[in-house]
Amino acid sequence: MSQKMSGGQALIKSLEMEGVDVIFGLPGGAILPVYDPIIDSPIRHILVRHEQGAGHMAEGYAHATGRPGVAMVTSGPAATNVVTPLCDAYMDSVPLVMITGQVPLAALGTDAFQECDTTGITIPVTKHNFLVTDAQDIPRIVREAFHIATTGRPGPVLIDVPKDIVDPKNPRSDMDWYWPESVDLPGYRPQVDPDPQLLRAAAELIVAAERPVIYAGGGILKARAAEALKDLAELCGIHVVTTLMARGAFPDDHELALGMPGMHGNYTAVTSMQQSDLLIALGSRFDDRVTGKVGGFAPGAKVIHVDIDPAELGKVRRPDVGIAGDVRLAIEGILRELHDLGGATAQPDRTAWRQQISGWQEKHPLTYQQSEPGELLKPQFVLETLRDNTPDDTIVASGVGQHQMWTSQYWKFNHPYTWVNSGGLGTMGFSVPAAIGAKVGRPDRMVWAVDGDGCFQMTAQELVTAASERIPVKIAILNNAYLGMVRQWQEMFYEERYSEVYLSPDLPDYKMWAEAMGCVGMRVESPEEVLPAIEKANAIDDRPVVIEFRTDAREKVYPMVPAGATNSEIIVDPSQGEGGR
Amino acid sequence: MRGGKHHILSVLVENRPGVLTRIAGLFARRGFNIYSLAVAPTDDERFSRITMVVDVQSAPLEQMVRQLDKLVNVIEITELAPDDAVARELLLVTVEARPDVRGQIIELVDVFEGRILNVGWDELMVSLEGDPTKLDDFEALLRPYGIVSLQRTGRVALPRITRRVPLTDVSAGADAESAEAEAS
Repeated sequence: MSQKMSGGQALIKSLEMEGVDVIFGLPGGAILPVYDPIIDSPIRHILVRHEQGAGHMAEGYAHATGRPGVAMVTSGPAATNVVTPLCDAYMDSVPLVMITGQVPLAALGTDAFQECDTTGITIPVTKHNFLVTDAQDIPRIVREAFHIATTGRPGPVLIDVPKDIVDPKNPRSDMDWYWPESVDLPGYRPQVDPDPQLLRAAAELIVAAERPVIYAGGGILKARAAEALKDLAELCGIHVVTTLMARGAFPDDHELALGMPGMHGNYTAVTSMQQSDLLIALGSRFDDRVTGKVGGFAPGAKVIHVDIDPAELGKVRRPDVGIAGDVRLAIEGILRELHDLGGATAQPDRTAWRQQISGWQEKHPLTYQQSEPGELLKPQFVLETLRDNTPDDTIVASGVGQHQMWTSQYWKFNHPYTWVNSGGLGTMGFSVPAAIGAKVGRPDRMVWAVDGDGCFQMTAQELVTAASERIPVKIAILNNAYLGMVRQWQEMFYEERYSEVYLSPDLPDYKMWAEAMGCVGMRVESPEEVLPAIEKANAIDDRPVVIEFRTDAREKVYPMVPAGATNSEIIVDPSQGEGGR
Repeated sequence: MRGGKHHILSVLVENRPGVLTRIAGLFARRGFNIYSLAVAPTDDERFSRITMVVDVQSAPLEQMVRQLDKLVNVIEITELAPDDAVARELLLVTVEARPDVRGQIIELVDVFEGRILNVGWDELMVSLEGDPTKLDDFEALLRPYGIVSLQRTGRVALPRITRRVPLTDVSAGADAESAEAEAS
């Protein structure tokens, strides 16, 4: 028997049918009728202080759990405020369902109050979007939105909902409840199953390679393929680099782990790719921050490229074997073919290559100079202390800039889904809301955000959300009083002409600001205070904690491949010069 | 046109608002060039067919097709290789035609099998349908007389009907290249 209800009730009920347990959002005029049924729903709603925060929280939730994040905001300025998180999720393939209010259908196109062309604005930053025009379509569209967001290459999907079709006072909102058995999208058929012949060809390239490297990307995490990746690496004894989006996809404490490649990758990760004769790219997309100058990237390497998105194959680098499909299924298929070819015994003797790699590791470890007494803290020292005094499965979120690169370099990620960060878009201000979303999704885990002082000022208001909702995240601000990465580029490439990068170490007063937002606030200025502050923060579990670490602004991120250079021109440390070419 | 920079894509899309925006936006933001575009409903009202001539010097055809295919409203994309397709385009032109040259223009229209739609004392309006290169030639020949205004539709195309009965099954796995080889 069909049940009559309003479009607003149907929307919330559809979210319940999709298994949604939390919505991050902020109500307003056009979305009011959808907020009313939330009172009667088991779904938890987290009231943010700025809509951008809702989007990044939903992303953090999705990064940490693998389930789609859901956010809901009103029309107009609220919709424009979520464009940044939508684009962030689009660039990093994060499954997200965003619901926006819209003016009533009859007012569409009249420049009504808080009207904006939300679907028009968000086409380039969503995997797909919908403008609902009939209340009866709501369950179908919600079902399709979750299907599109979570399958194939995941991504954000937006549903724009005009007020009249969700408002029970309007007859247009009347609908008969149903839940679609399946989705019918004739133009959406992600290619999941890899071509068996190509799997065979990939396996044959692997057994012929003398200097292979696995180039693991964020797709490994999206496809839940970390176990399969480990099996492949171990069967063949092939080293693995994990990109910024893939940190945690392969354990850093594994003997085959090489860590992060790219512009700020470690020497061995960068150079082993450069010198390899076979790159096995798994769920990675040859991003410019990984390849450096494309023409000079891994010049002697053949390429196996597996991606769920066929458009990535050959977009940047033409693969010798390009496999469209789910990366977990592809790795498992390649493993079967490798076993068929003789398994571990079919692998050539790669002793010389392994020795070369361990030689590089020995010669070029990540290094920094400890601070002299009386000097400001070294950010790397803070991170090492934090890393060594938190549980192994701590979830770490970061903003964007120097602190992000140092965290990726110095943290030891030994578990998948412990690293939450903004890679493709590089969204400053990501970490505070993303950490909150991650903690909501994984309340059993300790969640630390490592943030910069510039980033923190962009979204700190969400700590009010965290304090009022009792979400005990911990924030480590590496306060060097600068927009540090921009300062680094100005120092290295603009003849130390520092233009608009100075922020001040004590304006705002971060400790007081944290306390004003209902958090515990601490300030740390000397090395001996670092560990006690971290231990104190770890012991607090009923409210957020913010520790401000005063760090040395002169410290730069090394190694570095200058923009536009090939990866062979990597600068390992300041002794090689400042890299001004 | 073979091996040239223009390729014809026939794109079957869902007949929904905003589909053209999605396609045009995708091409603009990825730097793909569209040379001409024709959109019309098909015999099935749920779908429309977009015939687009794309410039493959701006980006590889493979990238265009694969990016286009990611749009949820795009059902099917076919590349129509010039030799395997019949393409037609319509041209409307108003040309200066004073009495002393009117006869010459009418003669040209006759040769090209065009039609005179409208006659003024010093202008003629002509329509011509046909292969796009034929339209190019006609346009070039009219230009010296003085073109007042001209409008072309962009081409529409369908695959050529195979006249031969294949000896082996060529339908499965036959890509555009081998089909082209068959035809020549």
